[in-house]
Amino acid sequence: MAAAVATPLKFTFSSSHGSTRRLQWRNNQRSVKRPYRGAITAKIEHKPPPYSLEALEPHMSRETFEYHWGKHHRAYVDNLNKQIVGTELDTMPLEEIILATYNKGDLLPPFNNAAQVWNHEFFWESMKPGGGGQPSQEVLDLIKRDFGSFEAFVTEFKAAAATQFGSGWAWLVYKANKLNVGNAVNPLPSEEDKKLVVVKSPNAINPLPLLTIDVWEHAYYLDFQNRRPDYISTFMEKLVSWDAVSLRLEAAKARAAEREREEERARNEYEGDDSQTDPQPVEMYGTDSDDSEAD
Amino acid sequence: MALRTLIARNPLRAAAPAASRGLQTFSLPDLSYDYGELEPAISAEIMQLHHQKHHQTYITNYNKALEQLDAAAAKGDASTVVKLQSAIKFNGGGHVNHSIFWKNLAPVRAGGGEPPHGSLHKAIDSNFGSFEALIQKMNAEGAAVQGSGWVWLGLDKEFKRLVVETTGNQASVVVLILHSTPSVSLSSQDPLVTKGASLVPLLGIDVWEHAYYLQYKNVRPDYLKNIWNVINWKYASEVFDKESA
Repeated sequence: MAAAVATPLKFTFSSSHGSTRRLQWRNNQRSVKRPYRGAITAKIEHKPPPYSLEALEPHMSRETFEYHWGKHHRAYVDNLNKQIVGTELDTMPLEEIILATYNKGDLLPPFNNAAQVWNHEFFWESMKPGGGGQPSQEVLDLIKRDFGSFEAFVTEFKAAAATQFGSGWAWLVYKANKLNVGNAVNPLPSEEDKKLVVVKSPNAINPLPLLTIDVWEHAYYLDFQNRRPDYISTFMEKLVSWDAVSLRLEAAKARAAEREREEERARNEYEGDDSQTDPQPVEMYGTDSDDSEAD
Repeated sequence: MALRTLIARNPLRAAAPAASRGLQTFSLPDLSYDYGELEPAISAEIMQLHHQKHHQTYITNYNKALEQLDAAAAKGDASTVVKLQSAIKFNGGGHVNHSIFWKNLAPVRAGGGEPPHGSLHKAIDSNFGSFEALIQKMNAEGAAVQGSGWVWLGLDKEFKRLVVETTGNQASVVVLILHSTPSVSLSSQDPLVTKGASLVPLLGIDVWEHAYYLQYKNVRPDYLKNIWNVINWKYASEVFDKESA
């Protein structure tokens, strides 16, 4: 059931703004169970990592996997399945559940579990036995272009992981602009399209990623206790799977190219209509959160 | 290792002024019990790491941020002053919260686990129905905190009532994907007063994973069940009496 090599997970988004532009991310068939007509269950799977639980020793112990994969990840799966059974979410693939429950930032209860299931699958696939080292030439070229050097990227990624206060994740993201994502809204467009960036996120939120590190304390406490920076360094030097990053980058670029073609088509269709040819930037995430708290 | 306070000290006042500018710095408060004295509820290993590593790191980083703040304010560097706020809030909050937490715990020999009497007991009954009901409520809310945070029993001085509150990573706080590293305001070490200016903490339970993971692993509810055996209700009563006078 577990793939020997990580294959990129793909998503389906649909626009909620009445635009004809669609971001087509196809579902990864491996993680979707399509029920037969009348059956109630598309049980979300508790997918094992693409290696055995002790394969990452001594850098990440078997004991950590027994708890992190065996208890934490499993609990997210079990609790999600309990939440969605008998609801309209029940037959949806994981990615669609995430989008539906993201709900433009006004999170519905299953979001946390769904997003954490996805995040953890992605995290296991971001590591491999004998990991570390250097990325492929193509990824390396992009990293050099967008961060200046590989060392500068590593520094920024480690800093993001170390300064994610509390529980959360740090990500390497392929920021392709002009997304027209259904529930999430667009990042503010800029000249820097198709760029690699490092971001961090709290709890279960994720952006559109190539690589992640889990910095919840349960991810490293048994092996490293409070020494999060040591865990981060070990991850970069011994665990990171640049193979997975390469595969995901290819998928992300293919999607970006496909989107551009669609937008070109849409622009040509709506040529007489000014409002369609000059789209307003929409924020990627809602601003009703606490960044502007006065208290 | 025996750590006893010989002189009563308020850790939330600076321990010593730094030389030149009179900037106050903070230092790690001593516990009034040994690391192993809260077993079996909380292991000695956890107590030592929690106190000497986690709390100390908050203090170190808080002092550093205050120093940078002082320098930036003196220069009139407004953007640096603003940028430092999240580090101050997080690390200062961590110091405030943990200083209270050590006083919220006591070995059984010093009254740990013994329920409150007198006015606090009465207030608990009238606000929550019973002592057991309060415990249940705090355990439920503590278990439900997603990610890192705290569960508090607080006194609302304005409305003269007891409340249970949680502070934690807000799942609704999201990240703007910008060209540079985004900054996010998170609340996992917010002091209780950030939930309401009239709130006074009587009792806080740390539900960050570092507070229990080595011993309880993912089973936070067991940690919450057992910690009541070492909760120092005497301290909570003192604060309650003083603040509701």
